[in-house]
Amino acid sequence: MAELAAWLRDPSPKSRLQARLGQGYMGWLRFRRNPLAMIGLLIVMLLLVVAALAPVLAPHDPITQDLRMRLLPPLTEGHILGTDDFGRDILSRLIMGSRITLFIIAMVAVTAPLFGMLVGTVAGYFGGLVDEVLMRLTDIFLAFPKLILALALVAVLGPGMENAVLAIALTSWPPYARVARAETLTVRNSDYIAAVRLQGAGAGRIILGHVMPMCLPSVIIRVTLDMAGVILIAAGLGFLGLGVQPPMPEWGAMISAGRKYLFEQWWVATMPGLAIFIVSLGFNLLGDGLRDVLDPRNSGK
Amino acid sequence: MASTPIDPTGPSRLFSLTRRTAGVLVSLAFTFLGLLFVTFIIARVVPIDPVLAILGDRATDAQIAAERLRLGLDEPLWKQFGIYVWQAVQGDLGTSIRTKQPVISEIAQYFPATLELATLATIFGVLLGVPAGVLAATKPGSWADQLVRLVGLMGYSMPVFWLGLMGLLLFYGVLGWVGGPGRLDAAFDMMFEFEVTQHTGMILLDTALAGRWDMFANAISHIILPAGILGYLSMAYISRMTRSFMMNELGQEYITTARVKGMPERRVIWVHAMKNVMVPLITVVALSYAFLLEGAVLTETIFGWPGLGSYITDALLVGDMPSVLGGTVVVGVAYIGLNMLSDVLYRLVDPRAR
Repeated sequence: MAELAAWLRDPSPKSRLQARLGQGYMGWLRFRRNPLAMIGLLIVMLLLVVAALAPVLAPHDPITQDLRMRLLPPLTEGHILGTDDFGRDILSRLIMGSRITLFIIAMVAVTAPLFGMLVGTVAGYFGGLVDEVLMRLTDIFLAFPKLILALALVAVLGPGMENAVLAIALTSWPPYARVARAETLTVRNSDYIAAVRLQGAGAGRIILGHVMPMCLPSVIIRVTLDMAGVILIAAGLGFLGLGVQPPMPEWGAMISAGRKYLFEQWWVATMPGLAIFIVSLGFNLLGDGLRDVLDPRNSGK
Repeated sequence: MASTPIDPTGPSRLFSLTRRTAGVLVSLAFTFLGLLFVTFIIARVVPIDPVLAILGDRATDAQIAAERLRLGLDEPLWKQFGIYVWQAVQGDLGTSIRTKQPVISEIAQYFPATLELATLATIFGVLLGVPAGVLAATKPGSWADQLVRLVGLMGYSMPVFWLGLMGLLLFYGVLGWVGGPGRLDAAFDMMFEFEVTQHTGMILLDTALAGRWDMFANAISHIILPAGILGYLSMAYISRMTRSFMMNELGQEYITTARVKGMPERRVIWVHAMKNVMVPLITVVALSYAFLLEGAVLTETIFGWPGLGSYITDALLVGDMPSVLGGTVVVGVAYIGLNMLSDVLYRLVDPRAR
């Protein structure tokens, strides 16, 4: 271990790999000093593990109804978080619901940044009229409040998980386009791009192979910071009955179902909200810590 | 880039200012047009047939044809869009399918409730967020800083509708400190309707103007919880931004000079640094105001608050698309307007931005 740490810390790395890993290691050391960021990392890891092992971890079936067991309070034998109005174990539904949340996050995290980066790099690389048109388009989407545009889109497309993902992705790409364009403008005129161009590479090859990778770090930070927002919008759509449909254990829809019993059986609405809160807090803490480590503007202060 | 450097010996400042304003107006018009284009597209691909939605499915073919003609659905798409824009500019956002009333006059009835809620929430957000941000910035790394950061991040992480439900459960259900859903108790609702002149549609203002303090107190007990919850979200954002602006200012040389001269720290922070923090903070407050209009959508459904958010979600559930899209346009316009306003204020306050 000590040797590995020394190798990573080597001030004059022998290979490119060593230099990169060394940079990563130094970043990790800085990240580790931030207790809040570590808590965030822990929560996100926990979400991944729970989602992966959901069928093993869930003590009961999340869908099967048992009306004899309905609305049992928390800490009842066999139902730590109680049961809902159909007698389903809330803990099991939360555990299975983590898969839905993770699926939505993953889909949005793949599609929206990719589309945004494409728009931003193309606009930044070509400039002129292309830039003007694409950035105006971006501004228009930025002018819409996210949730309301997502609502209108889902109303058109019809409720459901895929459409919710599509609506959220369509409302969240503009910031990535902005970030990618700014990065593109800084590298567009560098020598290495000129070198690639002189070797005969076309615009597509330059953008995809040589400009986009430069945008990745800043886009990744934004994605992590945005994930909490995505979770909240997905839950909001589910709460309004426009997202994932029952009996699927989506957390927002579970809160909506518990609303009827708020004053007598408080746990039905409270527990899924806590799950949403913890997971999005995890992403926020992680994103915040990552930004401190990776964003050069914040380091050294 | 199309921007040209300003030549100090060139045309007068007034000229450059008018030109800049014209540029802003053009881009504003463009954004507004884009907004309408998006809602137009959404309205056109919606699976609900507008004719059937208005006439019901018992209409005869002749009636359907007449209605299609009246709505202009036989025209080519670009012409339909032109008509849509022309009507929207004149304030005509179509007719609600549910109530057969013009969407714009319905929204005019609902909007004051949202405005009242968002304004009070923003006031809470500024009153709490600015001092918290300043405290965090003056003692970076301290426990107070960490606390402000954590409280802020928690605000970013809570689903607002859940926070609303929890607030109702605790302060209304268990403690009974606040009024429940709605803007007034049922008993006052009727009285407000008949006994108070509605100048603004905002209950707090109208009852105060009429001197009905009993009703005013009741309205306060109803608005305090939703406004407090939205204010918390606004505080999360404002405190975070204040902290970073203040940190930035405190690193400047004029602050060091002021300190070296022996000026009390309180004066250094609240008078000298604060003056410069105010400038970017205006933008932040305007943005958070715009953001509250959006947050109000889910909060209003929880609190039975008859505002724009309730209007949009209620219309959504019965498939009343003209109302949904009309509401979307209005919120979008408010959004654009607030962004514009903050931009203009910024230029007015900060001489460097002129």
